[in-house]
Amino acid sequence: MNQLLTISASPHVHTGRTVASCMWNVVIALLPALAASLYFFGLGAAVVILTSVAGCVTVEYAVTRWMFHRPATILNGSAVLTGLLLAFNLPSNIPVWIVLIGCVVAIGIGKMAFGGLGCNVWNPALVGRVFLLISFPVQMTSWPLPIVNRLNYTDAVTGATTLGAIKMSEMSSEAVAGASVDAGMTAFSVDTLQNFIGGVGGSLGEVSALALLLGFAYLLVTRTITWHIPVSMVGAVALFTLLIGGDIMVELLSGGLLLGAIFMATDYVTSPMTKRGMVLFGAMIGVITVVIRHWGAYPEGVSFAILLMNSFVPLIDRYVKPRKFGERRRVR
Amino acid sequence: MRTFRMGGVHPPENKLTAGCRILDVDLPREVTIAMSQHIGAPAICVVGKGDHVDRGAMVGKASGFVSANVFTPISGTVTGVGKIKNAYGMPVDSVTITATEEDHEKDAERPLWTSALRSSDDIAAMSAKDIVDIIGEAGIVGLGGASFPTRVKLSPPPGKHADILIVNGAECEPYLTNDHALMLEHPDEILAGVRLMMRGAGVDKAIIGIESNKMDAVRLLRGRLEGDKSVSVMELQMKYPQGGEKQLIQAATGREVPSGALPVDVGAIVQNVASAYAVYEAVVFGKPLVDRVVTVTGPSLSGRGNYRVPIGMSMAALIGIAGGIPGDSGKIILGGPMMGRTIVNVDAPTMKGVSGILILPREQSARGDVYPCIRCAGCVLACPMGLEPYRLSLLSAHSHWDSAEGEGIANCIECGCCSYSCPSSRPLLDYIRLGKNTVMAIRKSRSVQK
Amino acid sequence: MSILYAIIVLGGIGLLGAGILFLVSKRFYVKEDPRIALIEELLPGANCGSCGRSGCHDFACACASATSLDSLVCPGAGDEAMKKIAGIVGLDSVVTRPMVASLKCGGSCQVRPAISEYDGASSCAILQQLGSGTTGCPFGCLGCGDCAEVCNWNAIHIDPVSGLPVVDADKCTGCGVCVSKCPRHVLELRPKGPKGRRVWVACSNTERGAIARKECGAACIGCMKCEKACAFGAVSVKDNLSYIDAEKCKLCRKCILACPTGAILDSGFPVSAKEMAEIALSKQKNNN
Repeated sequence: MNQLLTISASPHVHTGRTVASCMWNVVIALLPALAASLYFFGLGAAVVILTSVAGCVTVEYAVTRWMFHRPATILNGSAVLTGLLLAFNLPSNIPVWIVLIGCVVAIGIGKMAFGGLGCNVWNPALVGRVFLLISFPVQMTSWPLPIVNRLNYTDAVTGATTLGAIKMSEMSSEAVAGASVDAGMTAFSVDTLQNFIGGVGGSLGEVSALALLLGFAYLLVTRTITWHIPVSMVGAVALFTLLIGGDIMVELLSGGLLLGAIFMATDYVTSPMTKRGMVLFGAMIGVITVVIRHWGAYPEGVSFAILLMNSFVPLIDRYVKPRKFGERRRVR
Repeated sequence: MRTFRMGGVHPPENKLTAGCRILDVDLPREVTIAMSQHIGAPAICVVGKGDHVDRGAMVGKASGFVSANVFTPISGTVTGVGKIKNAYGMPVDSVTITATEEDHEKDAERPLWTSALRSSDDIAAMSAKDIVDIIGEAGIVGLGGASFPTRVKLSPPPGKHADILIVNGAECEPYLTNDHALMLEHPDEILAGVRLMMRGAGVDKAIIGIESNKMDAVRLLRGRLEGDKSVSVMELQMKYPQGGEKQLIQAATGREVPSGALPVDVGAIVQNVASAYAVYEAVVFGKPLVDRVVTVTGPSLSGRGNYRVPIGMSMAALIGIAGGIPGDSGKIILGGPMMGRTIVNVDAPTMKGVSGILILPREQSARGDVYPCIRCAGCVLACPMGLEPYRLSLLSAHSHWDSAEGEGIANCIECGCCSYSCPSSRPLLDYIRLGKNTVMAIRKSRSVQK
Repeated sequence: MSILYAIIVLGGIGLLGAGILFLVSKRFYVKEDPRIALIEELLPGANCGSCGRSGCHDFACACASATSLDSLVCPGAGDEAMKKIAGIVGLDSVVTRPMVASLKCGGSCQVRPAISEYDGASSCAILQQLGSGTTGCPFGCLGCGDCAEVCNWNAIHIDPVSGLPVVDADKCTGCGVCVSKCPRHVLELRPKGPKGRRVWVACSNTERGAIARKECGAACIGCMKCEKACAFGAVSVKDNLSYIDAEKCKLCRKCILACPTGAILDSGFPVSAKEMAEIALSKQKNNN
């Protein structure tokens, strides 16, 4: 033998699954939604997505290279993923400079300030998105109409989102007669099919439930994520909506619920480590989402709900443990 | 198809030697018998330098209840008694026996252990204690890898009673095929061994658990069992670590061994198929445990196969018979790739617990680059014991032994599912094993203090 | 008028809070010997445990309530600080001999050939579980630096050339944390010696000479030459391994010159034994 033998502790084989493969798998799962956003918003979508991805990758490279003095980590795909998710949470007519601010906040503050991938407490894309939502409320809530605006960017014709319209009518009706939530719901008629395929306005990535579900199927098949968080989150929204007497299909298909449930809440770093914890986490997000949607000032509450529950993840991990083999239950 | 409930992974099987017939290895001219080839107290050497020993003679005597006799597979003269480097490079007490030309020829001409020592009537008349005594005398230990003395397992502590024998034919480790080959070539002997062990332990039911990638063995054994209600063959879904004692019990019976308890606490005894075969040979032919089937395998090894190897033969010689160490070797592993240990000294002798020698090429030997944990929960989902490997590993790395103990680090079975599934290639099990050993030592000193 | 309400209400809340704080601090006041705080200030605060107590505060409490300081020694603080502590508690201080951690292994990369590469977490404790480590020697230093990691005083670093830990005798307090951490037990606390001069056997290998020699060029082979060379009976060979009793050693260093493998080391001398031998040799040549 011309070279020395290697010694190491078992196991001596590995799945081959790497951080990069996990991240790129999620990026692949986002491709249907990407295609849908390009189809519905055309030029605007292309500009926002490209800016966001390029911005996030640049910020990550700059921070790792010149502040951390570590090998650059951009190839593992996490910055691309954050960029895509941030773009998917923005309207298609948002100016480039706002997108870039979002990138700096998402990667710089949301991720790198905590020490990089694996150390952040909150989902970076959502940190960026919520920062923009609070800082630039006008630009962040003018939603271009799909399809008609394919060739427009910042000069797009805007309209209301489903949830926005509901909130508006709810508020006005409440102001007039103090009517219940149901009144608000019925005041705005919604085409479920349109909502499912993506004909209603909204953020880039959230318009097509169909595309998002395709991505979900891919993630499940490749075992990139488990079903626990998305299913418990959507289930909680459905149950809670049923309880307060809302329109379940509208609640499920509108806004960022599916995007959040499938791609944002399931972010590895900011979600719990155990199955039980995941179910609790997802269910709580669902409940908070409905609470914000119905009783909050904002028409949409998925981002806030996820960020809020992200803060509870260390607590959940501390107290929600998996059942150990041979614990409690004794057969015989 | 049944399996255990929690966690588990499915590594590529790579059963390169499946279907290879068991080849008998010629008796070597020199063997080295280690005194400690089992869990428990080492055997005490009963020969001196210069003594002549016959094939099958005892060279080391069990020194306690949890201990086992060791025997020589060849006739010859004792040429060395003392410390010899084992496969891992550590000095261990051993006896070296060298055969002269005369001894060698005599062994080759005079076949031993081919005609029955005891008639079937004699065997039928034996009591449970007789059978267990013969097993103990023959130095039989669990041949799956842990090498726990079989006699001890078959004699439950007072007050505890077993009602089922589970025979482990799962062979869930990738690459290894020694049990598979044995089941295909010696089904009747294995079944006879199983029945003997049932009598020895006083149980009236046995289940042979075999993973579904060995359907030929399942069919063969089932064919021999027609009309027999007490022994059954159970086909198990392929999942690692199915061969783990607690996992196998759950898969076969649905019983869950409480944490910190022994299988016998849920009435189960687990034995390997190779042990069953050895029991058969010991009871019928009076043969002590002097050889076993070893899978010698590796992607670049030319003569890989299943070999019946005299225990004590040098591993270098064995690998030589299997085509020699390939030039691109990176790791030589005793056992399978999930739980096996890497060795540095190929001149060391084979031992009772060596079920396979796996030679991995260099490009398959390196671990991946280590990245920070991304909290993907892969290790938690993969852990068959319901532990949180990421946390245990962190606690161990920072020497927080008390917290690690509280998190159940002592329950770890060191199966390696966590490290296997970690996308950041973190050395989770390295630290957990360290923590487990430390916690065990702390517990021991605590009980001594009391 | 309304501003007055605000002042009254907020001022009232403030007063109420202050009152509660006052009462609580009175009610739950824990009386502590004021000397404990003074003693603690003199201690290094590393909580290393080498005094046998659970931490520096515990040690300070023990000192304050002690009737004799015989069994209370903080190696980290040193004799100066212990004298001051003795002054505080009004007892006689015990002068200790300063100790230093010494490496009982000389198997540098140059003299101890590697037989394997280690791929795994960088920890001696983990490597120890795998067998003899990356060299053939089952007793020698593993070189992953567990000792350097646990040292509270930054006194140990791994020399990149030799691959062995180097103890900085000036920084080492002799607390012994590294000694208990080393899975191979190749670190030993030895008296620092007059002017820091000391001699020790840098090997832990108890195998027969021929085997040890094969594994490491600097191994003690148990040849007894050192034992014979020593006029004070300080050197003894047991299990093929030489050991120097620091109590009896007079630092003559004849054993170093006698050792055929260079397994005995010295430290703190103005001229090292090796140089001394060379000088002697050249003098001999000149005389001839």
